[in-house]
Amino acid sequence: MKHVTEFRNPEVVRKALAQIKAMVTRPWVIMEICGGQTHAIIKNGIDQLLPKEIELVHGPGCPVCVTPLEYIDKAICIAGRSEVIFTTYGDMMRVPGSDLDLFRVKSQGGDVRIVYSPLEALQMARDNPDKKVVFFSVGFETTAPNSAMAIHQAAVENIPNFFVLVSHVRVPPAIKALTKSPHNRIQAYLLAGHVCTIMGWEEYVGISELYSLPMVVTGFEPVDLLAGIAEVVRMLESGQVDVINRYSRVVKKCGNQPARALVERVFRIVDRKWRGIGSISQSGYELAEEYAPYDADKHFGLESIDVDEPDICISGVILQGLKKPFECPAFGKECTPQTPLGATMVSSEGACAAYFSYNRHLNDQQATQDTTQYE
Amino acid sequence: MSDETQSEGLTCPAPLMKYDTIQLSHGSGGLLSQELTNNLFRPAFDNEYLSRLDDHALVTVGSSRLSFSTDSYVVSPLFFPGGNIGSLAVHGTVNDLSTGGARPLFLSAGYIIEEGFPMADLWRIVDSMREASLKAGVKIVTGDTKVVDRGKADKLFINTAGIGLVEHEHEIHGGNLQPGDDIIVTGHIADHGIAILAAREELSFQTSVQSDSAPLNKLTLDLVETVGAKIHAMRDPTRGGVAASLNEMAAASSVSVCLAENQIPVRPEVQSACEILGFDPLYVANEGKMLIIVDHSSAENALHRIRQHEYGKDATIIGRVTEGNRGRVVLRTALGGERIVDMPVGQQLPRIC
Repeated sequence: MKHVTEFRNPEVVRKALAQIKAMVTRPWVIMEICGGQTHAIIKNGIDQLLPKEIELVHGPGCPVCVTPLEYIDKAICIAGRSEVIFTTYGDMMRVPGSDLDLFRVKSQGGDVRIVYSPLEALQMARDNPDKKVVFFSVGFETTAPNSAMAIHQAAVENIPNFFVLVSHVRVPPAIKALTKSPHNRIQAYLLAGHVCTIMGWEEYVGISELYSLPMVVTGFEPVDLLAGIAEVVRMLESGQVDVINRYSRVVKKCGNQPARALVERVFRIVDRKWRGIGSISQSGYELAEEYAPYDADKHFGLESIDVDEPDICISGVILQGLKKPFECPAFGKECTPQTPLGATMVSSEGACAAYFSYNRHLNDQQATQDTTQYE
Repeated sequence: MSDETQSEGLTCPAPLMKYDTIQLSHGSGGLLSQELTNNLFRPAFDNEYLSRLDDHALVTVGSSRLSFSTDSYVVSPLFFPGGNIGSLAVHGTVNDLSTGGARPLFLSAGYIIEEGFPMADLWRIVDSMREASLKAGVKIVTGDTKVVDRGKADKLFINTAGIGLVEHEHEIHGGNLQPGDDIIVTGHIADHGIAILAAREELSFQTSVQSDSAPLNKLTLDLVETVGAKIHAMRDPTRGGVAASLNEMAAASSVSVCLAENQIPVRPEVQSACEILGFDPLYVANEGKMLIIVDHSSAENALHRIRQHEYGKDATIIGRVTEGNRGRVVLRTALGGERIVDMPVGQQLPRIC
């Protein structure tokens, strides 16, 4: 744990905060693109410690949140079939589809299993030749290489009973779309350290220049986050536009090249719908022609499923950073982690779940009163 | 992004509010479990003993005050580092009785066994129960065995119930938290849950973490005898972890609780596993820990006594009960921020990346 605790050192955090306070002269709006960063910020109370001039807006970087409803429905449809073992990352289990979620499919007899890696699903396919093993492949560029490896391996070994339901998304087109929006308030970005670990950060240089956006590749521990915020504030205050890497112990400019090569081979870039946001050009992956036999969408004949998203919750507005979760009338009432209306409440990385779990919507005065008594 | 995607008329299906069937989360010790208890069991069996909703019932028979409790054990795998389903079934019920400061005396043991279960495993498990009951000083005095068709149960389930004698007159229960009380935990949290996860075959990660499964009755009895009425409540934070137990007690007592993150003892290997799995140790199960809520004036004395015991060496004060009637649990983070530690919904879900 030493390698983690040193990046949570309260003394270093205090110094970084003081540095940020000394630099800030006016209000800035900064988006952390990644849901993991949103969670770390709120879990550690970092947003409360920052000077009030700095507003952190929580971006759409939660893979669970942005998986479109029709893919949840497709997953549910496949998972209910008797010949299928359906495998998924844990937090997709509770995402509500049109009628059901995967937990309920499981309680109705569907064979739904949580895995940590698609390679586990591939092993299940080897072990259960009489079953069709389907992996629900969601996530950003971070999880795409794992899926690419499993699919590639399945092809090499000619495993006929392994399939993937692919709903991967890419970060750069989302940043472009957010920036082009007439409602855009974001002045700078903290780039997602995990995504950049795979992809590097070359592809952000053009976006940064084109839209005059300072960007900082940022990690996930408190010290990393504050280093990223300090760098971005420094750039904003000095008018510098650039992409700077403050997660260099992990991220290289060119990323992880073998992983990128595999992703480029197995997937091709397509337009992709984002739940709550709509279609974004060139923002997703689907299987390349060569790997089409592994496409669950095609194998089970579900390509025609297209679902209009009902209009109860405002997760789209929240994903775009236009509103805070507690500004939604359903937040904490009809919509809780137990009864999520939208995926932003389901995933532990989702902005609504992060706010709900840590009760950011409650009266801050009362919270302060509760804790000061302990000191 | 087109203009129409900027409107508020976006996304999301109707919520899945009503459950026509039982979900795994109904048994997780979180909000869904609570709903089941509050909406079904409590009104159905409505009486003054049940309504306290402690881990045990305090009943009076003649002139004796008795503590009575039951628990079922469905752990998988049956054998794990630090114990097995048998020792767990003894410790769990002994500890439930201990939360009221009772002297556990008698247990029952009911077995539901799947056809084809290896006899050698059953012997090992029963032998662990013998050892565990000896160590805890309780007698297993009655039992039952049922065998079901292969596939109709997962290998072996055990139910134990227990009776203990309450030899004190103090009010020790989850509704008795008072502002100013200190909160002690008797050692490192989250060991059991992580040990079980690591022991499951489908998870390919290895750790040296052992379950903390242990009987706590000697420790709690000693406290009741020495610190007495200054002990206001005790609870063993099993399913749902420290977070669920503190939320339940804070709500039952109409007070708030404030925890200090840097005081909460978590082993580095458990913390690491939680980081990898995306779990919060506050929500992970314990089977050999007690949360002890004690009047501030006696906290140091209680802590000193607890640390004399085999299972209390790493005991520490992790927080304090505060004014405020919202039943809230607030955590002061190591960095000086704060957050609410809420009641868990269902089981924790591993995060995607």
